[in-house]
Amino acid sequence: MKNFHHKDLLGMEQLSVKDIQLILDTAESMKEVSQRDIKKVPTLRGKSIINFFHEPSTRTRTSFELAAKRLSADTVSISSSGSSMAKGETLIDTARNLEAMNPDLIVLRHSSSGAPHLIATEISAGIINAGDGTNEHPTQALLDLFTIREKKGKIKGLKVAIIGDIEHSRVARSNIIGLRKMGAEVTVSGPPTMIPVEAESLGVIVINNPTEAIKDKDIIMILRIQLERQSKILFPTIREYSTYFGINKESLKKAKADAIIMHPGPINRGVELASDVADSPFSVILDQVTNGVAVRMALLYLLIGGRSDDID
Amino acid sequence: MTILIKGGDLVDPLKGFTKKQDIILEGGRISRILPSGIFKEVGPEISIIDVSGKLIMPGMIDMHVHLREPGHEYKETIATGSLAGVVGGFTGLACMPNTDPVNDNVSITEFILKQANKAGKLRVYPLAAITKGRKGETLTEFGDLKKAGAVGVTDDGSPVVNSEIMRRALEYAKYHNLAVISHCEDMYLSLGGVMHEGVISTRIGLKGIPSASEEIMVTREISLARLTGCPVHIAHVSTVGSVKAIRRAKEDGLPVTAETAPHYFSLDHTEVLGYNTNAKINPPLRSPEDVLAIKMGLADDVIDVIATDHAPHNRLEKNVEFDKAAFGIIGLETALPLTLALVREGVLTLQAAIKKLTYSPASILGISCGILQEDSIADLAVVDPECEYVFKEEDIMSRSKNSPFIGKKLKGRNLLTIVGGQIVWSRESENIGC
Repeated sequence: MKNFHHKDLLGMEQLSVKDIQLILDTAESMKEVSQRDIKKVPTLRGKSIINFFHEPSTRTRTSFELAAKRLSADTVSISSSGSSMAKGETLIDTARNLEAMNPDLIVLRHSSSGAPHLIATEISAGIINAGDGTNEHPTQALLDLFTIREKKGKIKGLKVAIIGDIEHSRVARSNIIGLRKMGAEVTVSGPPTMIPVEAESLGVIVINNPTEAIKDKDIIMILRIQLERQSKILFPTIREYSTYFGINKESLKKAKADAIIMHPGPINRGVELASDVADSPFSVILDQVTNGVAVRMALLYLLIGGRSDDID
Repeated sequence: MTILIKGGDLVDPLKGFTKKQDIILEGGRISRILPSGIFKEVGPEISIIDVSGKLIMPGMIDMHVHLREPGHEYKETIATGSLAGVVGGFTGLACMPNTDPVNDNVSITEFILKQANKAGKLRVYPLAAITKGRKGETLTEFGDLKKAGAVGVTDDGSPVVNSEIMRRALEYAKYHNLAVISHCEDMYLSLGGVMHEGVISTRIGLKGIPSASEEIMVTREISLARLTGCPVHIAHVSTVGSVKAIRRAKEDGLPVTAETAPHYFSLDHTEVLGYNTNAKINPPLRSPEDVLAIKMGLADDVIDVIATDHAPHNRLEKNVEFDKAAFGIIGLETALPLTLALVREGVLTLQAAIKKLTYSPASILGISCGILQEDSIADLAVVDPECEYVFKEEDIMSRSKNSPFIGKKLKGRNLLTIVGGQIVWSRESENIGC
């Protein structure tokens, strides 16, 4: 029998080291499924999954949808603009209505921190947090951990720099929690306007200058700068951000020789990340996307699947 | 009717002692206060209430309450708020002007008093807006509002952003003997914030409200008090820095007074964990260091008053995403036990604690209540300080149930409330436990 005892995945906060290892191990078998000619197993036949995306998303939504389909689950996708929430229905009412159609799992992306926690207490279907406000994005962290383990053979003892808008990044928050749990050392970097207060309380080192932060690191994780929301308050211009905080070949010289570059996407080429770095052999950005499907398949299976031999 | 209340320990917050004394109420006033057991004269015209082992204290005055009427009757009405008040041991409530329409004119003030009279439970003291519509632009008619029954002015919920208008409000209010109450918040710094900015906001990804947003405005109000020599009262103090600034102002002899609410000395920002919207308040629950500073400020009288900031909200406004939830919690029915906890902790003497709930707010508002002496108004409460219970949602008399104390163990409970010599509520007649 599976050894995963959670109804929901709300955040990395709730997972033990053993849980994380189990998810990553399961994802390895799932990755193999995606490499077959016929990329489908009957594991979740008869299960229904609703992808409820209250915020725009291409990567995460497609990834969840493919993951569910490869496991033979039935999926429905709804977005806020096409849902009753656009007509003023409350989140809890929308969730209860979805619940009334007996789904096994709801994948929720929402602009409010804590939104999945709110509906998880109200309905009996499992909830996967696909990103909530500025809180967590646990499946992104899990696919990042999977990618790191795949490339480096381990996570424990690695030195990781996360660069960008740490304060408003759910990717950063989930990765910090996950990486710390798995025994990596995490340094966060970016202009002081983007580092949350009491950041050290998260168990990280803060080095504002990215060139300094990168020094001797195994993993360089670069976050997307949200041009539409942040410019003018958190930094003066895109030009100035890329000059002082953008990562290019030159700034990478101080990293370990075999350091890898990660980015949750979508990339602003030439802003937080120079094109030649994004496309360099050190970049594992597309591997992250590939692994995302495998990790999400693993989670769907662990949350609502049956026995572990079903995937053979 | 004459009432003899005997056998209790009478708390005199003004003289600062608690003594076994009997008290006789006649014609709406306290006619005699005598050492226990002296008064023997009994007759059918005297009703005797034996309160042995209980405390007799002045009825509490809450100078910061949102009664929501007119306009938001689904949250609270003057009648339901009055009932919650007398259950909690209050005999007077000063109600905030952020109603709809705003209490910025005589007709709304008169309406509030009419509704309070109809409810017939306790005394309601309207607070009017400083500026028309609480927009921070034009002063309201302080003179007429005072004449209609307003006891103070405030734009509570918002600060008066324009310092020139605030200066003139202080000067003009002093002429009319109106208290000015300031909600201190730099709206630019707090914009979008939903909880205290600190370790917890960083951990759970909620936008923070820095302590500085309160402290900047507290400092401004102190500067204006210095400039004008006019009194200003700081509402709901919640931070270390505010306590420090007010302490210094008082040392300088400035006419600055301050209040805090029970939640700021009882709870800290960890209460928000799990996205608990019943812990979403403005100003927010702060860090444990702030809680400690609030207690110190109460102990050395930097903070004069304990007021609840009773802010009823319907379940619809709380059972939503944290960032969309309304700010505020109810407080009328928990203020007494939470304050008595400070007495047990040794932060305040019983008399000092009760003074902050009675005499101090009354004197800031210029109301002749909150004292127990012969010939004073017979507004009082009888309290069992030892009664222990779990605070339950179904016990709440307020129309709204948004309290972070539901399910928590409390100690100390009001048993009997008397307003103007009349029993307006008693736990015994309601047939509910201690």
